[in-house]
Amino acid sequence: MIEVRITGKRFGDRHVLGPVRFDVAAGETVALLGPSGIGKSTLLRIVAGIDADFDGFVSHADPLAIVFQEPTLLPWRSALDNLCIPHPALCRSAGIAALDKVGLEGRGDAFPGQLSLGQQRRLALARAFAGNPAVLVMDEPFVSLDAALTAQMLALTEALIAEARPATLFVTHARPEAERLADRILELHGTPAELVAP
Amino acid sequence: MTQAAAGMAPAKVTALSLLSLLGLWVVAAALSADPQVLPQPWQLVPPFARELASGTLPYHLGATLMRVIWAFTLAMGIGLALGLAMGRSERLNRWLDPWLVIFLNLPALVLIVLCYLWIGLNETAAILAVTLNKIPNVATVIREGARALSPDLDAMAHVYRLSPAARLRHVVLPQLAPFVAGAARSGVAVIWKIVLVVEFLGRSNGVGFQIHLYFQLFDVAMVLVYALSFIAVMLAVEWLLLQPWERRVRRWRTA
Repeated sequence: MIEVRITGKRFGDRHVLGPVRFDVAAGETVALLGPSGIGKSTLLRIVAGIDADFDGFVSHADPLAIVFQEPTLLPWRSALDNLCIPHPALCRSAGIAALDKVGLEGRGDAFPGQLSLGQQRRLALARAFAGNPAVLVMDEPFVSLDAALTAQMLALTEALIAEARPATLFVTHARPEAERLADRILELHGTPAELVAP
Repeated sequence: MTQAAAGMAPAKVTALSLLSLLGLWVVAAALSADPQVLPQPWQLVPPFARELASGTLPYHLGATLMRVIWAFTLAMGIGLALGLAMGRSERLNRWLDPWLVIFLNLPALVLIVLCYLWIGLNETAAILAVTLNKIPNVATVIREGARALSPDLDAMAHVYRLSPAARLRHVVLPQLAPFVAGAARSGVAVIWKIVLVVEFLGRSNGVGFQIHLYFQLFDVAMVLVYALSFIAVMLAVEWLLLQPWERRVRRWRTA
């Protein structure tokens, strides 16, 4: 489902990633741990196809969905439009059902700026799952949330992953989050970063 | 006084400001004491009514308005595309930036004269001259907006494979809206002034042509009638089209 065969990634003279090879099977959830600035998000952006400037190759099944560190919503479009624009095949009622599923009942007409940060993150999750993704990548999706909200979001994400069963790769620096959600944990270490046994 | 003004409704302040300008005009006209130099505001009413009733004023206003609409649409469309492309591609910007600087610094009058000389004294030359004068300003403003586009939203649009049309409509243009509004507002203000010069120099109708005619007859009242009538038309465009559009695209900010 996800096949990563990276031989190297540089930003100018800086060698960020060394050889990184791993697979994520269908329905499997893999967490990527590592200290801040090690290159976790860079690796995720390569997997998502956002950064194509690297040595090696990456392949994955389609469709792919992403949850960014920040909600990354269209602030000038309603919550429902934020689901329907990336997924044009999604009809209005399916969009409303997707909002209901993440606890945003009746907020379809609200603009993202009218939602709390927690609600915005729920909307970003709804957007990711609305297209029934075969592959899901998440970049520290619970960062900057308080403990209670993190627990709620973890439970919601866990339920959504259990239902859709995508091949999931997620980046975090919090081991408890990784242990709770992931079937397998990978760790990046060193300069340039390489995978080490956890 | 400042506190009183701060407490007033915006519409009241606007009305009071316009009345002050009118008062200044009345005083200046009284001081000049010569209607040939500066008539009183009320002395413009009879010639205005006469021009309106004869259909001459609407005819010339219409001719100018059509030129403004054509030049505005072309300049905004081409300037938007050019600015967006230059803001997104550093290589294209390096190639086209010197052109932009040259056209920004080329006097409007030179472009108008050259267009008339090369194309002839016709409608195409008139509209092209105005359009070429405005494109560099629009492109410069939009280029700044394009440089500030969010890379995160770009990444989102890329991952979710938004079509180019959807990307433009839902991701790019809403981010550019403040820049488009700024370019449109200054565009309307500048374009109609250049259109008047174009008409003054080489057209046989329009407000600029009429102003040229009454300039030769030293008829200040008629010059003011035509100038003020077109200012009224442009204010109507601002209040009835531009401002409602701007409110609509900004409603997510105030919701």
